[in-house]
Amino acid sequence: MHLTKFPDEHGRFGPYGGIFVAETLMAALDELRDEYERARQDTQFMAEFHHELRHYVGRPSPVYHARRWSELLGGAQIYLKREDLNHTGAHKINNTIGQALLARRMGKKRVIAETGAGQHGVATATVAARYGMACVVYMGADDVVRQSPNVYRMKLLGANVVPVSSGSRTLKDALNEAMRDWVTHVADTFYILGTAAGPHPYPMMVRDFQSVIGMECLTQMPELAGRQPDAVIACVGGGSNAIGIFHPYLSYEHVRLIGVEAGGDGLNSGRHAAPLSAGRPGVLHGFRSYLMQDENGQIIETHSVSAGLDYPGVGPEHAWLKDTGRAEYVAATDDEAMRAFHDLCRYEGIIPALESSHALAHAVKLAPAMDKDQILLVNLSGRGDKDINTVAQLAGITL
Amino acid sequence: MSRLKQTFAELKARKRVALVPYITAGDPNPQMTVAMMHQLVASGADVLELGVPFSDPMADGPAIQRATERALAHGVSLRQVLDMVAGFRQQDSHTPVVLMGYANPVERMGYETFAGLASVAGVDGVLLVDIPPEEAPHDIMAVHGLDMIFLLSPTTTGQRMQLIAQRASGFVYYVSLKGVTGSNQMDLNEVEARVPVIRNLCRLPVGVGFGIRDAETAQRIARFADAVVIGSRIIEMIEQSPSDQILTRLDEFVGGIRSALDAGKP
Repeated sequence: MHLTKFPDEHGRFGPYGGIFVAETLMAALDELRDEYERARQDTQFMAEFHHELRHYVGRPSPVYHARRWSELLGGAQIYLKREDLNHTGAHKINNTIGQALLARRMGKKRVIAETGAGQHGVATATVAARYGMACVVYMGADDVVRQSPNVYRMKLLGANVVPVSSGSRTLKDALNEAMRDWVTHVADTFYILGTAAGPHPYPMMVRDFQSVIGMECLTQMPELAGRQPDAVIACVGGGSNAIGIFHPYLSYEHVRLIGVEAGGDGLNSGRHAAPLSAGRPGVLHGFRSYLMQDENGQIIETHSVSAGLDYPGVGPEHAWLKDTGRAEYVAATDDEAMRAFHDLCRYEGIIPALESSHALAHAVKLAPAMDKDQILLVNLSGRGDKDINTVAQLAGITL
Repeated sequence: MSRLKQTFAELKARKRVALVPYITAGDPNPQMTVAMMHQLVASGADVLELGVPFSDPMADGPAIQRATERALAHGVSLRQVLDMVAGFRQQDSHTPVVLMGYANPVERMGYETFAGLASVAGVDGVLLVDIPPEEAPHDIMAVHGLDMIFLLSPTTTGQRMQLIAQRASGFVYYVSLKGVTGSNQMDLNEVEARVPVIRNLCRLPVGVGFGIRDAETAQRIARFADAVVIGSRIIEMIEQSPSDQILTRLDEFVGGIRSALDAGKP
């Protein structure tokens, strides 16, 4: 089976993905799919995308050999893909540049987005400022309080941040509200969805824009390490950074692909955000995939120390990669992620995002049992400056 | 003949426009739902639309979102909603009941299981907002005698209307605005121009809803539609009424709409 050939023409990855939205959005999704299809074959469009990634985002992001940390763990060599060094501090900007260029191409003057931790909101507000578009960001009311520095960043960039007080007042509710806005303003508004989820063509489109991460690694790893890694590890919330680094490696069958979900207080506690590890397939937010749900099909509240992973669903391509066995999915708890966070700060001088710390935590589990000439490539999807309040709070410190 | 088909045939013979009120099952509490359904019929409803609460009601405005949250706070599940319909059927074997909700609770139960249980409970039609015709389980529903209702929107192309016409039964539901339920930006002229286009492509009765808030608008819609659906306005009234007055207030409001519809039809 050629896993690289997915999705099919209906936007499906095996039984997952597809389009599950109200009729009002069908025309908009058709328009988006057709325009994206034209854009990806338009050399001028793709040239501008890559020009922006190079000169505005600062790509390619380096791959870095974390020598001291590897030595500390005493096994495999760990390499980090430094998405934290991108403009705005995370991989999210790769996708928002791509979608904003598409919005401009479609003549849309207003962009909207959902955000959890605020990273995608900041990346959207950034490109809206860059291209002169009006920008509205929906954010769960609880997240607005938890992530106040990012709220202010978005405002500085000219975005209107709308707190969402319905449901669980977090990312999933922000997504619902963004969808409602889109239905209402569908003629002049482009919805910049932040992760490789949602109705077709979003999972494919976000993956394509984020695949620059893995494409660069394919070149960088042989240059730096002399070969491709034995395993690629990335954290998975909605799954955009993971699919971005996994996808170019799909046909490299000897490279293990490992997605790390948010284990929260532990998978047995029920307080986590790990639908692939402990959920069941269902339909939410326009697509079919694994979901955190109760026996009545209601979506249940998730928990993670990292707001960016605090989402009850997961991108449909990950569901398919899990079922086909091409990728493995595991979970790291809040505590494990925190330990890896502190390790990287102290041994490498890099403050990682709490999201990325989940991927690091799995490297901590794998590396010691591996040979010293084996290689783990970890996607360091974002920097942790945004998380210092959370980390301080956990340590009982008020900043 | 399905109960919906028969009802619309009878109404047509009587030159009466169907009044289709919506309430969310379990709002304000599960004990009141069946009594409210009976009250709606007594006040002039021809078809009942019963909302199945879902944690993430993406296509609904604030009023129905709040109703959903109230129902979920009582733990109302799809199974309980079916029990409510069965309870309603003990005294009313005539009025069609349409369940309106989202895919996931039905997915979780399983389409086949759901269709069997719904049919036994006395459900007549099913509208799943986030299931487009391409993904619809209309065949499974048909086996169990359930009509599959679909939304049509101002952005639906002629080609999609044909697809929907093939898979729909009972009636089709024209969403009279670009937006969520209960919004306040309906363009009556647009709706009036659109309904004949739908009729051209689809032989089913045409209901209009999303954004009908008063008797005057309902009356105008009734001049060219077969059914008028009212939801958010009713939900707002329920949440503003003390529970011992809800039935009276429903009667006043729905009765008022009924009179306006009957007076307005030539």
